Amino acid sequence: MTKIKSLADLKKMKSSLQSQVALREKSDNPEGRILVRVGMGTSGIASGAKQVMEFLIDELEKRNVDAIVTQTGDMGYSYAEPTVEVTLPGQEPIVFGDVDQKKADDIIEKYIKNGELLDGIIPQNYETIDKK
Amino acid sequence: MKDLSLHILDVVQNSVSAGAKNIVVSIAEDTKKDTLTILIQDDGKGMAPDVVARVTDPYYTTRTTRHVGLGLPLFKQNAEMSDGLFHIESQVGRGTVVKAVFGHSHIDRPPLGDMAGVLMMLVGSNPEIEYYYKHTKDGREYVFDTREVKEVLEGLPLNEPAVLRQLKEMVRENLREVES
Repeated sequence: MTKIKSLADLKKMKSSLQSQVALREKSDNPEGRILVRVGMGTSGIASGAKQVMEFLIDELEKRNVDAIVTQTGDMGYSYAEPTVEVTLPGQEPIVFGDVDQKKADDIIEKYIKNGELLDGIIPQNYETIDKK
Repeated sequence: MKDLSLHILDVVQNSVSAGAKNIVVSIAEDTKKDTLTILIQDDGKGMAPDVVARVTDPYYTTRTTRHVGLGLPLFKQNAEMSDGLFHIESQVGRGTVVKAVFGHSHIDRPPLGDMAGVLMMLVGSNPEIEYYYKHTKDGREYVFDTREVKEVLEGLPLNEPAVLRQLKEMVRENLREVES
């Protein structure tokens, strides 16, 4: 791959980037996309959320999983950072705690691809004391 | 926090939560004066003076899920530990400026870390926000401006992994030159 350094180089790359995006958009129905959100509050960042998010972005693309990876603020689960919330189309979101690279890999292979549940799911009915 | 780029990631999250549309991040390294200055400026909703006075108190947070907020206090502590200083200024309706100065060669100054990665994470997660990033070191300068990038890409989404990867390479390559 040629190295790009300036905006002019980026411009030259545009058509090849465009074709990659177009390929993806053909199969696109926004409702059908998987949504992955990484908790990126102070405690998440300090526990390695950046590495987890970079891993998820790269690997989901490499493994041809059509997902949007984005970040969210603190979810209030600081005891279990980094946290990752996955919403499969038409399903309730599930929050995974203590996610490292190995667990992120399991989330892709087991939960996203096969719908298998994993250890370390933070129960949905969990509420902080304040809310009660 | 292992490095300064993670502090920046953390502080910029505050700007995003404050509804900022334009965020400026500047890093200025001056080895003669022996300083490394980080400036983060946003046009978010800003804070009232009594809030500004308390944001570096670890027992203050605007969050409702729990009672401590460590982002800014940790950033401040790291700056002060390396012989630097920390300053925050804000105006309701106008925005907020956070400035941290570090002693460049001080043993307690955390390394800068992966700024290219942090920038792309911010750009990819909030592609509608305009980021202006400027890094200078002893007269050398690099500017990354999402407005310029969007113009070149003509509608290609910035949060597309393939696009982000190229942008990250581009920023990393340029920062390497500034740092050298």
